[in-house]
Amino acid sequence: MDNIALTTPISKADAKKLRAGDTVLLSGTIYTARDAAHARLVELLDKGEKLPIDVEGAVIYYVGPTPAKPGQVIGSAGPTTSYRMDAYAPRLLDLGLRGMLGKGKRSQDVIDSMKKNGAVYFGAIGGAAALIAKSITAAEVVCYEDLGSEAIRRLTVKDFPATVIIDSEGNNLYEIGVQNYLASRG
Amino acid sequence: MREITSDAITAAVRDMCIEANLVLPGDVAERIRQTSQSEPWPGAKDTLEKLVENMEIAKRDSMPLCQDTGMAVVLVQLGQDVHITGAYLNDAINEGVRQGYNQGFLRKSVVADPLRRKNTGDNTPALIHVEIVPGDKIHLTVAPKGFGSENMSRLAMLAPSAGEKGVKDFVVETARIAGPNPCPPIVVGVGIGGSFDRVALQAKKALQRPINQPNPDPYYADMEKELLERINALGIGPQGFGGMTTALGVNIETFPTHIAGLPVAVNINCHVTRHVSRDL
Repeated sequence: MDNIALTTPISKADAKKLRAGDTVLLSGTIYTARDAAHARLVELLDKGEKLPIDVEGAVIYYVGPTPAKPGQVIGSAGPTTSYRMDAYAPRLLDLGLRGMLGKGKRSQDVIDSMKKNGAVYFGAIGGAAALIAKSITAAEVVCYEDLGSEAIRRLTVKDFPATVIIDSEGNNLYEIGVQNYLASRG
Repeated sequence: MREITSDAITAAVRDMCIEANLVLPGDVAERIRQTSQSEPWPGAKDTLEKLVENMEIAKRDSMPLCQDTGMAVVLVQLGQDVHITGAYLNDAINEGVRQGYNQGFLRKSVVADPLRRKNTGDNTPALIHVEIVPGDKIHLTVAPKGFGSENMSRLAMLAPSAGEKGVKDFVVETARIAGPNPCPPIVVGVGIGGSFDRVALQAKKALQRPINQPNPDPYYADMEKELLERINALGIGPQGFGGMTTALGVNIETFPTHIAGLPVAVNINCHVTRHVSRDL
């Protein structure tokens, strides 16, 4: 299968072309955020305040990396399980967030919001954190440094390998992939 | 009475935390390699090959296999003829975790309070289980446990009438519900019997047994084999994208139980099933 080269920010038109099961190589800037950072972002929205990052067309990677050793850009950096961000994700999708990068199932609310807003859910290989770190070429903390590993970071990525798990029409690789495999077994 | 210093325990725990996070146990690494050869579904095979590559990079570059370097589960088999000198045992272990997670550039993933959630900053406290055993040695196991998989674990207090079928269906159903979330291919630790608290510990202990070493009781060895086949027939596959390799192994540990009870616990681990053991 050919990989699709994709550069951030992702336009709505480009997002619409992606199909569940497509493999992509992601380049450009992505932001990290997981449980604690999402809680803070949504708290800001509740207060009517501005977010510290521009989410329009952006990709948020659900990750809490290990600390970088001297000379390293970042430590190991694989995806965390996405459902824990389900309570927050539709708020960010409504603001134009185009991609979420993690692993594991999403709620129907998130999928509905993705369809409404034309967004995509990408999967990275959970537990392949040392391998994934090789495609991250720069990392800097944007905010919430007190959260340590959970701080929001701006990552520069080059050919970050990801798979479209749920596309903007709601097609879901977790369902299709298993069905296709089982059908092949007869 | 043999004397062992608390400093020796701290040093061992420190080294074991680091080692466990960089190198998989031989049995798990070997099984991942085998399945990357035998997996028939192309996309799944590709994913398994990437896991092999990840193991190689982690070892070569001394990088943690997974960014979730876990909460440190420490199992201590303490010989009753050992006298620990110096610090209190739990303090010595926690100091080892503190040093290991700092010196090894491992992630600090522990919050001091489950609801107020402030990070302790040094990955302590460890989850320490001490068992007094005969002899004059300390057998230490350090098993850093990631929570993507821990969160997918389940426990049921079945009625004895549920029997073997009830237990087996509960295990398979747990793997099905977990689906892609715990980073399959998974290792499944099953506890059967005991009490509410004990069955969970048995499931955790089951994860420490090599997956190429069946339960010594042929009845349970057969059950492990059957459960592995049934879980792999679900078709979830590596990462949940479909495929044959949903689980790498199923280990069962049992304990006598009450006439009214049939507790079963399923502790799910990801493909990064980490544990290191050492005798002091």
